Amino acid sequence: MSVQPSWPIARKLTLFLAAMVALLALVSWAMVTSFAREAAGRTQDNILAASATSIAETLRSEAGQIRLELPYSAFSMLGAISEDRVFYRVSAGSDLLTGYADLEGPDVATGDVAFDTMPFRGTTVRAVSVRRTVLSDGRVVPITVTLAQTRSGVQGIAAGLSRQAALLSGVVFLLAVGIAAYAVRASLKPLNTMAQHVATRGPSDLRPLRRQGPPELMPLVRALNRLMERLGGSLRRSEDFIAEAAHRVRTPLAVVRTQAEIALHSVEEEGQKQTLRRVIRAVDESSRSASQLLDHAMVSLRADDLARDRVDLPALAGNVADALRPTAEMKDIDIAVDAMPAAALGDAILIQNALRNVLDNAIKYSPAETVVRLSVQNGGGEARIEVRDQGPGFGDESAAHLTERFRRGEQVEGIVGSGLGLTIADEALAAHGGRLELNDNTGRPGACVSLILPAA
Amino acid sequence: MRVVDFARGLALILWAAAAPAQEFEIEDQRSYPGAGNAMLRVISTADLHVFEPFLLRFQAANPEIGIDYITASSAELNRAIRTGAVFDLALSSAMDLQFTLANDGYAQSYASAVTASLPDWARWRDQLFAFTAEPAVIVVNEARFAGLPLPRTRAELVTLLRDNPERFSGALGTYDLHVSGLGYLFATQEARSSDAFWRLTEVMGRLDARLYCCSSQMIDDVASGELALAYNVLGSYAEARLGHEDGLAILPLEDFANVMLRTALIPATAAEVEAAGAMLDALLAEGMGAGSAPVLPPLQSRDAGSDAPFAPIRLGPALMVYLDRLNRESFLAAWDAALLQQ
Repeated sequence: MSVQPSWPIARKLTLFLAAMVALLALVSWAMVTSFAREAAGRTQDNILAASATSIAETLRSEAGQIRLELPYSAFSMLGAISEDRVFYRVSAGSDLLTGYADLEGPDVATGDVAFDTMPFRGTTVRAVSVRRTVLSDGRVVPITVTLAQTRSGVQGIAAGLSRQAALLSGVVFLLAVGIAAYAVRASLKPLNTMAQHVATRGPSDLRPLRRQGPPELMPLVRALNRLMERLGGSLRRSEDFIAEAAHRVRTPLAVVRTQAEIALHSVEEEGQKQTLRRVIRAVDESSRSASQLLDHAMVSLRADDLARDRVDLPALAGNVADALRPTAEMKDIDIAVDAMPAAALGDAILIQNALRNVLDNAIKYSPAETVVRLSVQNGGGEARIEVRDQGPGFGDESAAHLTERFRRGEQVEGIVGSGLGLTIADEALAAHGGRLELNDNTGRPGACVSLILPAA
Repeated sequence: MRVVDFARGLALILWAAAAPAQEFEIEDQRSYPGAGNAMLRVISTADLHVFEPFLLRFQAANPEIGIDYITASSAELNRAIRTGAVFDLALSSAMDLQFTLANDGYAQSYASAVTASLPDWARWRDQLFAFTAEPAVIVVNEARFAGLPLPRTRAELVTLLRDNPERFSGALGTYDLHVSGLGYLFATQEARSSDAFWRLTEVMGRLDARLYCCSSQMIDDVASGELALAYNVLGSYAEARLGHEDGLAILPLEDFANVMLRTALIPATAAEVEAAGAMLDALLAEGMGAGSAPVLPPLQSRDAGSDAPFAPIRLGPALMVYLDRLNRESFLAAWDAALLQQ
């Protein structure tokens, strides 16, 4: 089963924060730009209005003629802030007094000031109109002063400020994204640490997590701990159940076997004897399977809390060989032991169990009148117990498959077995930090099973 | 050297675009064919004999460019550009008219490394570029001042003239503002800067000052002793004459001096923009003192733009003020009243 990762939280969070900062930077840039435009525009408006007003203030009537003087300062003021083009027009009613005849300013009420941005001679100008009345020959004459200026200075100022704001926004954006990325990583670090902690645990380490972490992670830690607790409990219950069941089956089986043997001795007819022998064999197999189930339960149980005693491997190999020799002799199989001194740290009962299952397998799959060789070696920091038989071997099947529970090899037709033997051996060795190697003998028939343990 | 500053029809100046296209009067013309097809049409107020050394130098450096050099008065130059005559470069001493040409959209922008190196006060909008700085000066005949202390300010000059009416009566010369555009520019700028202008005008009026159209004639009359003093003469002309004539002197006034900028623009109608840019660059480089023996006083001699007494007249919209019909009428009326006071 593989877990499909969705978007990583860190990237998602960083992107989200970056998008938010980008939006903020964009908004603030747009605001500064609009403020700058507004402020620069207002400055120009103020100067235009002041200039136009100072022109209007020179209006007077002399001998029935309306006169005015363009104040030098009104125009030099306009030239002071920028190099913008200037246009003006002074009209009495609809008659042009002076200036650019084609300049039409915004409509304006008397005594008022009006602004407009408008096209003029192929460019855009900001225009201001001021209107006042002059008494001439007893008539009230409305005079409009219009002053217009191109906007490149204003736009230049606004664009300059906008560029600065953009630069600033960019810097703020980069800083904020950097900080966000760092914050996200720092926040997620406890999660990674916890994941690593869980990942590096042994396969049967179901102890609760004790690490301190941020409060947000506590529910996950508690849930994980509860899960492990339940898992541990359920594992224990099933192992207990199996052990109990095996134990309960084994005792009546022993009774059935004894009775069957007595019956075998008491019957004369060959057909009945044959039947009883089959019964005894079946009972033996069942009893073996029950023992293996028990062994397996025991391996699971003892591996949880592994003893670390010094185990003398040659002695252990000898004991196991001796224990299985009667079974082997029933098939006229010889067990040859060749041991050099070697030791490992661990649980002697588990190692013994593993070796017994491997050796038992070897005897079971060996043809009659062959030799099973048991050797103990020591070298390269590893202690190695090899069991070689002259049976059919493993064929092409992989070792990983063969050590799965209840999995049996391809070459086992006609042989009774539970498929637990190699699983028990593998689990026992793994609990010690060792491993099981399954190979075919090179150049001759038979399998070679190696039990490898770290040397003491 | 003679630069033409004739009357400017003010109505024509600002509204010529609306008027029907008119012929303009030219004063002189000479063609310098180049190796290539490009013919650069230059209209200028500077006399050919003054400008020719520059033109020849330019053509030696750019042999493929032919030059058609036309001289006209500043008013005619202004009218030519406004009526859409095709020229590639317009050089004029009338900085106010040149400014309104640029302001009204008759110039096109030009930028180069040379224009970028111009001081700010010597250009406007990448369209109008100053290539000379020429002060208005007072030229005196030393013989006619014999025994008198030379005045150092306008106030001292006013006092001197007032105290010696018999000596200076009929011996003062200045521009006729009705006729000379440059005289009008100098007078308006001076009136703006100093009250002494009007006092001086009044004194000159009382002493029957003679009015002239042009600097060169004033200098002629000072040199001949007919005039004791010529007021607001173009300094570049006066300096050119000092070496040749005895008894001429430039009166250095300490209060202030107006400095006129001779300006160039590339008209919007220009056909040979590239060649015009090349000549403009050469002109400005010379104006900034890059070349040897410049034909006209370079900008650099006035480079201290902040040097108050010799501040050049500023290129800006304020130049439009005295060109305004109503302003001109009232200024000339005031001037007439001060000068012709009987």
